[in-house]
Amino acid sequence: MNRSDILRDIAPVIRDHLVVCNIGLPSQELHMIDDQPTNFYMLGTMGLASSIGLGVALAQDKQVIAIDGDGSVLTNLGTLPTIANNVADNFILLIIDNGSYGSTGDQPTYAGKKTSLTAVARACGCDNVVEVVAKDVAQALTDALAAKRMTVIVAKCVSGNIKVPVITKDPVAIRDRFMAAIQS
Amino acid sequence: MTISEQIVGDLVANDIAFVTTVPCKQLGGVIEAVDAHPDIMHVPANKEDEGMGLCAGAWMGGKRPMIIMQNTAIGVTINTLVTLTQFYRMPLPMLISYRGELKEPVACQAEMAVHTKALLAQLNIPTYHFHKKSDADELDAILKYTFMCNKPVAILTDATFWGGY
Repeated sequence: MNRSDILRDIAPVIRDHLVVCNIGLPSQELHMIDDQPTNFYMLGTMGLASSIGLGVALAQDKQVIAIDGDGSVLTNLGTLPTIANNVADNFILLIIDNGSYGSTGDQPTYAGKKTSLTAVARACGCDNVVEVVAKDVAQALTDALAAKRMTVIVAKCVSGNIKVPVITKDPVAIRDRFMAAIQS
Repeated sequence: MTISEQIVGDLVANDIAFVTTVPCKQLGGVIEAVDAHPDIMHVPANKEDEGMGLCAGAWMGGKRPMIIMQNTAIGVTINTLVTLTQFYRMPLPMLISYRGELKEPVACQAEMAVHTKALLAQLNIPTYHFHKKSDADELDAILKYTFMCNKPVAILTDATFWGGY
């Protein structure tokens, strides 16, 4: 299973929750698979999905899932200590770890080599860190949502991309719709 | 009332309830006052672009945000300011320590100081410069302006404003 397979698998689980989705192909794939007003698509700013997601979670009570990638977490590693030290039990960070920078052509990341983001998250002080294989991500997400504890899920999968159109929605329309969903 | 208490009073009066900070000696008093205030959630960030991501999320979640940082951060955060804060049209007051101005003891700080206003101007970011104590009297109006127009707004505070090192 690759990232888009995981997104198809978890779409029914995340549909009714607030989702902040990583830049590039992850947002484009989620937008194509199951566009929802509760989805905030990042059109730029690599690395900040987890920070935006934590900010949303800290500011209100609904559950928030940030869908990030191994390359994007590596570019903003400082996010993990911030997440660990500002516990929001309505926040789940899902790192889809395919060991590659998918959106730029599947160049390898260090997470696919010697670096374990699971171990890094634990070392940063995150209390609930689970590493799962691709077929178990939907169940891990379901469990984390039910537990209502801040959880970091590292989902290991293979690299590879599907053909997907870019998102042409206006950014202000995306965030206005997202804010309305938060308030509803 | 200290200047730090006055500034934090203006934040609270404008419903700013989420403040992220990256440490600064000049802004230390404000950061302490922010941390101590019961109506403000203070989330220290490891880097300023991370802090701007937190602020974007907090604002969409319903809390008015602010970031407190040094002017060196303008160099770090240009992409975030343009592709997140401005592209999605979000308000972000930035209380900035303007290092490298008069009374600066560290030469390297002057290197970024000479670029600070030029970069902010290039980014079309409304910019205010607190040099004298009385300049802070405009903070309330600046905050109201920021949340009226949904833009990032820079408030540069130099060493003379803070009374030197």
